[in-house]
Amino acid sequence: MKLDPKHTQKAAVAVLGSATLLTLTALVFIIGFVLQKGLPVLSWAFLTGSPQDMGRAGGIFPAIAGSAALTVLAVLLAAPLGVGTAVYLTEYTRESRMTAIIRFGADCLAGIPSIIFGLFGFILFVTILKMGWSLLAGGLTLSLMILPTIIRTTEEAIKAVPVSYREVSYSLGATRWQTVYKVILPNALPGILTGVMLGVGRSLGETAAVIFTAGSSLRMPASVFDSVRTMAVHFYLLAREGISAENAYGTAAALIIAVLSVNLLAYWMMNRMIAKRT
Amino acid sequence: MQRLLLAVAFSALSALLLIAIFIVSQGLPFIFRYGFKEFLFSSEWQPQAGKFGIFPMVVSTLWVTLGAMVIGAPLGVAGAIFLTEFVPRPVMGIVKPAIELLAGIPSVVYGFIGVMVLAPLIRNHLGGPGLSLLAGSIILGIMILPTIISISIDSIMAVPKAYREGSLALGATVWQTVRMVTLPAARSGIAASIILAMGRAIGETMAVIMVTGNSVKIPGSVLEPVRTLTANIALEMGYATGMHRQALFATGVVLFVVIMILNFSASYVMRQRKARR
Amino acid sequence: MTAKISLIDFSVFCGPDPLLQNVNMEIRGNQILGVIGPSGSGKTTLLRSLNRMNELQPGFRTGGQVLLAGEDVYGRDYDAVSLRKKVGMVFAMPVPLPMSIHENITYGPSLSAGQGWKHDEAVVEKSLKAAFLWDEVKDRLNTPALRLSGGQQQRLCLARTLALEPEVILLDEPCSGLDPVSTARIEEALTILKERYTVILVTNNTKQAARVADRTAFFLMGRLVEEGATQQIFTAPKDKRTSDYITGRFG
Repeated sequence: MKLDPKHTQKAAVAVLGSATLLTLTALVFIIGFVLQKGLPVLSWAFLTGSPQDMGRAGGIFPAIAGSAALTVLAVLLAAPLGVGTAVYLTEYTRESRMTAIIRFGADCLAGIPSIIFGLFGFILFVTILKMGWSLLAGGLTLSLMILPTIIRTTEEAIKAVPVSYREVSYSLGATRWQTVYKVILPNALPGILTGVMLGVGRSLGETAAVIFTAGSSLRMPASVFDSVRTMAVHFYLLAREGISAENAYGTAAALIIAVLSVNLLAYWMMNRMIAKRT
Repeated sequence: MQRLLLAVAFSALSALLLIAIFIVSQGLPFIFRYGFKEFLFSSEWQPQAGKFGIFPMVVSTLWVTLGAMVIGAPLGVAGAIFLTEFVPRPVMGIVKPAIELLAGIPSVVYGFIGVMVLAPLIRNHLGGPGLSLLAGSIILGIMILPTIISISIDSIMAVPKAYREGSLALGATVWQTVRMVTLPAARSGIAASIILAMGRAIGETMAVIMVTGNSVKIPGSVLEPVRTLTANIALEMGYATGMHRQALFATGVVLFVVIMILNFSASYVMRQRKARR
Repeated sequence: MTAKISLIDFSVFCGPDPLLQNVNMEIRGNQILGVIGPSGSGKTTLLRSLNRMNELQPGFRTGGQVLLAGEDVYGRDYDAVSLRKKVGMVFAMPVPLPMSIHENITYGPSLSAGQGWKHDEAVVEKSLKAAFLWDEVKDRLNTPALRLSGGQQQRLCLARTLALEPEVILLDEPCSGLDPVSTARIEEALTILKERYTVILVTNNTKQAARVADRTAFFLMGRLVEEGATQQIFTAPKDKRTSDYITGRFG
């Protein structure tokens, strides 16, 4: 044993530490860079005004509205469906090959690239069902994308509720549904919220699937059948078509801030919920 | 109530099944008509002339993903080990959520940074047009870091305290314990995280479109521009018709199958761990 | 409230394994029945059969009858949910629900009332007093129940069961995780409660049965060996196995 283990450890820590530092630097740099170039662009006018000259000037309000509308629609569709499915799978059925297969299926679908969802939405919603490029087509497509995540995280959250809570509830004369909505769901809420927030984050950042289903109209949507542009799509088009690097940074900054705020809000809400109980 | 939930579960699951059936039904006929071998192994992608060989894209996707894994996996696992074993718990308690937050950054932003910062760097210091295989690998590698780190941390933390304590009680250093006890025990979770990250890398579209240059040829060096399977679909879907469009769906089927295989492997690996316990 | 429970040729199977075999027993009202026996003797299975909690596990089957006030609780038309409101249970480990103390107590009653159920504050106070917990928590009813000590939590679980005004109270080794002071409080509560309820107390601690129970039943390997007045069981048991267990020859 030539090398003193303590020295080996020191070396290992140095290597691991630098790797970690490199990782964090890269990640922080990306956010920092965008924010540094983009925050100056963010003014009240920018956030509330309409784009002019294809986005070369003016603001990004329709894109913000588009992102909000699309995300809300997607979550409104996916959350009840996802939570209901998870509740059914965990509380109303026995563990069997069937449930294992279903779970595996949901996992697979969670990993499917967004471009494929875009294709699907384009053919089914936009073309066959004649919705055209619309908020509705985009919302339906996005809801399918976030559905597997919500099912999985809700399932995990429900399973984490101790069996003893269920036993106590039943022993006090509760039916299965009463136990679910009075004891299990409130307890699983932080976990469910995580899944929903992941879905929100994904909806905000989605580009490929959105372009093919919701289009990229710069106008404010008046109905669910109107095409909309989201912040992510707007950013992409500004950047790729080289329309305005400056506004691209601004849009990116707004997008990052939106995603980060949603996540922070979720953490805060979860911590409050857990604190109230213990 | 039970019936209502059954209906809900059923509709959710059938919606998901619909997607799978749909993609396959649109793409499979093309593969049979055109010939699977021709499709996969021919290097001629000329939709105008009715030639749909996706081999260059397959190779490019493989190389970009491999590059991303070479960059992302070691950094990610190293970071996970460092954060769980060599850093005070409260610090890890802040850094891990922060990293998970970073996972929420949309891929287009990563792509943009790649275009504005990374590509010029490559162009100026290493040559080539900058928009290249290398740029794609680096950006993808960074993008998959949060996934690998987060899941690996969870796997390492799931190793029972008793294992660690047993080793330390025998006079081992923390690093020796990590190397000989903790890591082997967390092996399957870490492997699963890498497999999942691979799936994400393969499926990534927007970031690669922005930084890889999108030219359809088999790359000779990492500095050359390439086009991945996902980019191919996204770029041409807008104006493709007839056989062309079906070929793109068929590409989707290929991606679908590959990712299914990866997911299956990941869950198989995870199940091995549970079986061993 | 009195209730008589009769077990007639009652058996419980989990898959092919018998957990309880041909139990014949009469449980009188307004008294404490202590159930003793070594681990694996079927004591907990017996308890969980009385409020049909065993059904929650898959593979569980019964034979014979359990009559509560003359009706077979395993009969086709007997509703398990309403049974559990009449036969309450306190588990071995205290399990306060992750809510406030007040909400824990009102949970049971809130289940059966329809919409617009009104909080009956009297129930909360009455149950907590009967469990000897009122004085310690009356000023903090809205704080989370998880903040109570182990002994307080177990008394909360007792109070929670009492809020439903059941006919029978089942207790499964309720003091196993508690210190002697908390144990004494619970035993004190039970002695007073038996005047209104029928109490069945499973315990691993034979001395507790000797202290508290009016009658005692000894189970061994799924069968009822002997049942009688506590005095008699502990001083002059009829079966050798009973005396061996009580004197500590095995167990």
